[in-house]
Amino acid sequence: MVIKVDRERCASSGQCALTAPEVFAQDEEDGRVVLLDEHATGPEVRRATTGCPTQAISSD
Amino acid sequence: MRAIPTDRGACPFDPPAGMADEPLSKVRLSNGDQVWLVTRHDLVRQVLGDTRFSSEIDGGFLDVPLHAVQPQPGMFIQMDPPEHTRLRRLLTGRFTVQRMQRLRPRIEQIVTERLDALERAPRPADLVAEFALPIPSLVICELLGVPYAERASFQEAGARLLTLTGTQEELEEAMMRLGGYLAELIARKRAEPGEGLLDDLLDSGLSDEELVGIAILLLIAGHETTANMISLGTLLLLQHPDQLALVRQSPEAARTAVDELLRYLSIVDVGMFRRASTDLELDGQIIKEGEFVTCSLAAANRDPALLDRPEELEVSRPKAPHVAFGFGPHQCLGQNLARLEMEIAYPALFRRLPDLRLAVPLEKVPFKSDMAIYGVHRLEVEW
Repeated sequence: MVIKVDRERCASSGQCALTAPEVFAQDEEDGRVVLLDEHATGPEVRRATTGCPTQAISSD
Repeated sequence: MRAIPTDRGACPFDPPAGMADEPLSKVRLSNGDQVWLVTRHDLVRQVLGDTRFSSEIDGGFLDVPLHAVQPQPGMFIQMDPPEHTRLRRLLTGRFTVQRMQRLRPRIEQIVTERLDALERAPRPADLVAEFALPIPSLVICELLGVPYAERASFQEAGARLLTLTGTQEELEEAMMRLGGYLAELIARKRAEPGEGLLDDLLDSGLSDEELVGIAILLLIAGHETTANMISLGTLLLLQHPDQLALVRQSPEAARTAVDELLRYLSIVDVGMFRRASTDLELDGQIIKEGEFVTCSLAAANRDPALLDRPEELEVSRPKAPHVAFGFGPHQCLGQNLARLEMEIAYPALFRRLPDLRLAVPLEKVPFKSDMAIYGVHRLEVEW
């Protein structure tokens, strides 16, 4: 499983960085998602994925 | 056809009675207009996550203060992409989780100072005036670069814009007053820039009209939401002493309590409308182009499909994907600031005043049934 983020969809809500700070951060300039660990798994990653308000996080 | 439910019935902390009776139904506004009301969690996410349900609405809905008056330039919550994206991205870097954490020491200091002031105040004291409103007001003023000392020029006008009982003329007058103050402030900043978000935006290519619109939005959003959550959340926790004790004792519970209180209280409920920009299907129903849709965030946040025991306040439960901050590209810009203010304010209050209690019976507390954002007008407390 590899995590993917869509920075065009991202609305910079910071939900992912709040939920799984080891996996997601926010760009200092515009707050958009920065993926820190594309191979991360676990309940926090799942919660960050379902919690994203613009569905900008996916796994395949 | 029924009206949008507004009667909270027996419990002032629950959504209006009957709100969740239908997942999707047509309801009537006081002016006779009909809108679709969405109450199920997955459907609310579907509507708010799809920009074909447009945010561009021309005003004229008196039941919904933000949609009563014509949208001003810069008010990006009433815009669709790509214009919405252009304006919002100028701001999002200023409200990141990391950036908000850097404000923690200053917010802690503000909370301590307000607790000192509260302790000196005559008892019973009004927790709204002494604590719940000054904290977010001081924080947002510093962040934006708006002088807190000039709050007489914007606090009352901002609150008036959110009344459900105002006439069109009163709402327009409040908007003019608030916009006028901020236009004058931005002219002062052009002459002599200071330190704040509005100052930093002076050279970002925005017109002064857009800057005023952004300032109106951020100033209102920074005041009325967190202030109501601090006061109403405190009142709710006072009714649940076991939960209050957890917030007082455990930093982890103080953190998880924030999202649980946001979910449980959902102080912004049917505040925003969407307009179908084309024929759209929702739960097997065709929403025709031009029809309006509103979502009950409060009902969605009590949806049994969202979490177990939705009617129970459980401050230690893991954060549910609630929609108290909305959903989709318009989800609250300041949510991580709001979370931090609450996470600091609640436990600090309960630790400083372990005997905090209501000074009047619950039935005498003036709830904000007359406002677009729910809460209490005053909260008389003793300790």
